[in-house]
Amino acid sequence: MHSSTVVVVILLLASAAYQWAKSRSISLVGGTRGVRNLHSLPAYYGMYVALWCALPALALLGLWHLLGDRVVLQLVLAQMPTAFQQLPADQAGLLLNDIRNVVSGAVPMETARPEVVMAAHHWQTLSGQSNLAGGLLALCVAVLVGSLAVRSIKPDLRARNRVESAAEWALLACSGVAVLTTIGIVVSVLYEAIHFFHFVSPIDFLFGTTWSPQMAMRADQVGSSGAFGAVPLFTGTLLIASIALVVSVPIGLFSAIFLAEYAARGVRTVVKPLLEILAGIPTVVYGFFAAMTVGPLLRTVGESFGLTVASESALSAGLVMGVMIIPFVSSLADDMITAVPQSLRDGAYALGATRSETIRNVVLPAALPGIVGGVLLAASRAIGETMIVVMAAGLSANLTANPFEAVTTVTVQIATLLVGDSEFDSPKTLAAFALGLVLFLATLGLNIVALKVVRKYREQYD
Amino acid sequence: MTIEQHQHVTNVARDVVFNESDHSRPGEQVDTKTVGQVTVEAPVITARHVNVHYSEKHAIKDVSIDVARNSVIAFIGPSGCGKSTFLRCINRMNDTIPNAKVSGSIQLDGIDIYDRSQDIVQLRARVGMVFQKPNPFPKSIYENVAYGPRIHGLAGNRADLDEIVQTSLRKAGLWEEVKDRLDNPGTGLSGGQQQRLCIARAIAVDPEVILMDEPCSALDPIATAKVEDLIDELRENYAIVIVTHSMQQAARVSQRTAYFHLGDLIEVGPTEQIFTNPRHKLTEDYITGRFG
Repeated sequence: MHSSTVVVVILLLASAAYQWAKSRSISLVGGTRGVRNLHSLPAYYGMYVALWCALPALALLGLWHLLGDRVVLQLVLAQMPTAFQQLPADQAGLLLNDIRNVVSGAVPMETARPEVVMAAHHWQTLSGQSNLAGGLLALCVAVLVGSLAVRSIKPDLRARNRVESAAEWALLACSGVAVLTTIGIVVSVLYEAIHFFHFVSPIDFLFGTTWSPQMAMRADQVGSSGAFGAVPLFTGTLLIASIALVVSVPIGLFSAIFLAEYAARGVRTVVKPLLEILAGIPTVVYGFFAAMTVGPLLRTVGESFGLTVASESALSAGLVMGVMIIPFVSSLADDMITAVPQSLRDGAYALGATRSETIRNVVLPAALPGIVGGVLLAASRAIGETMIVVMAAGLSANLTANPFEAVTTVTVQIATLLVGDSEFDSPKTLAAFALGLVLFLATLGLNIVALKVVRKYREQYD
Repeated sequence: MTIEQHQHVTNVARDVVFNESDHSRPGEQVDTKTVGQVTVEAPVITARHVNVHYSEKHAIKDVSIDVARNSVIAFIGPSGCGKSTFLRCINRMNDTIPNAKVSGSIQLDGIDIYDRSQDIVQLRARVGMVFQKPNPFPKSIYENVAYGPRIHGLAGNRADLDEIVQTSLRKAGLWEEVKDRLDNPGTGLSGGQQQRLCIARAIAVDPEVILMDEPCSALDPIATAKVEDLIDELRENYAIVIVTHSMQQAARVSQRTAYFHLGDLIEVGPTEQIFTNPRHKLTEDYITGRFG
């Protein structure tokens, strides 16, 4: 029996249980007129029984599948010739993969070893039985627990409270998913990064000024010396992100002020969505815009001023990235400025403040948290952006503060390190995780600082 | 100066008892249907034939009235009668409302405030306003009061500014309560204190007229009593126009009272006379609580 069928049947059972419990709760108190004698509305009794019917059965089914596979595996191995049972760990793993491949049909039966084919057959039978048993058991549990729950219905059963507490747990579980994912990502990155720091010392990594992530295959190889100094990457990231913020923060903030305070209603309804379209353009499109249009343009203009501008430069990537993140600043700032109560503006106007004085001294300080939030969002987009930099700023890890030169960023290097065949015992690959970890810590620090700034300078109304 | 005149006939107008002899200021005859004395000697504000339209709605209908110096005039009337709208005409706060159209003339010390050459910033520095709900800026108590003097450049240095802030807070009767915590946010004060802070903020720019739009409607009785005492004291230096829903309040704080009804100014007179011996039927109905 396929497990998805079982799930569907359980859900059908639960909805039947809902109807049954609802009508039973009504009939217990003698029809619809007696509903006020029930502790909760009839629908809550239905929900209560449906939950009891579905949740334990689904939990059992999930657990069965998690554990069942291992049990089947052990049984299959136990059936195999003894020679196979005493293989070392890595070869046993290979064997297991062979069996799995045969089962899934990825490897044709004819080409596999006879023992493996035997084992595969055995596996299929066992797992079929296991699925059937699990499915039947789950259905039994659903029916049994469901009917017990129906029996427990009494007019004074506090069904609403129980359903609501179940809902509360569901909400908690949802927020738990986000937190656990974050923790999981941090832990996995941390694990690989620590692995990396066995090869390269953290001091060299954090303070080294040369980035050349390669490992020698042979001793006499050209360029065999790898260097993992991350400083050029972080300065590159900083340079491009700063250029992007210098472009986007003033433009975004001023356009938000225009939209919220000066623009006529008609203008606002047209311009605001148009601005937000900027955020919807795929970054790869921005990337070729930067590489094909802005880069060459900058080089031509630079040459006419006697400047040498590389056709792949930090400036072109930064400028285009700045345009990309304008809507992050403007949209959030605009929402916050609009949310400042009219009474504050009236208070300032009544004192004889001009419009610009009102905006500068009253509206903007009150909207500060939202504005900083928008800038932060923009900054983290700028730091995390990869595609535009790959296409427009190049891959060479120059340690420079000159925006006309090619630089590279942390995220670009992470991408290039992990592309293609990668071995997980080489520092070349593991460096990506170390870079990711430092980047994560840097953005975390940025967030904390910004939060402090907002707390200190925010002017809270209401 | 040309005066736009809007003639209108309403149900109210038919009830009006027209009394020519009331408009007895020498040299000026005001053509109005309002009962009682609309003019005063040496007024600070002179409103003549003011009409306000909100797109289709005719919110203020041909209102003419004077505001006297160093006295309190109360605007009373049922909700939606236009008293707040008229109040907001006096410092042109209606300018911020789209579709609001004001015609007629309002003069402050003989100068038309709706004149093209009148700067709105200067006008509002001379005509302060206190709102229904206390609206202190989300800044410190000090900065709230200092804001007006700062933007108008009234204080040359920090000492001057400190002086203005202290005097204003004293006049608003708030100094003793806040002198030790001038750096605390103004929004942290109680409702009554916030409203007195807003009054201090308004008088810090040294206006001639203070407009108050139901200044006590969000306050408890004790805070209300304090603000009312304050209004009585402020009368020494300022002309005050107060809109109120509380007739007791109007009777307690004002010297003159104006009764508005559906955009018409029905009756104006000394407060005592309006409350003891109203001459118009509508005023009497409102005062005696038959509606409103």
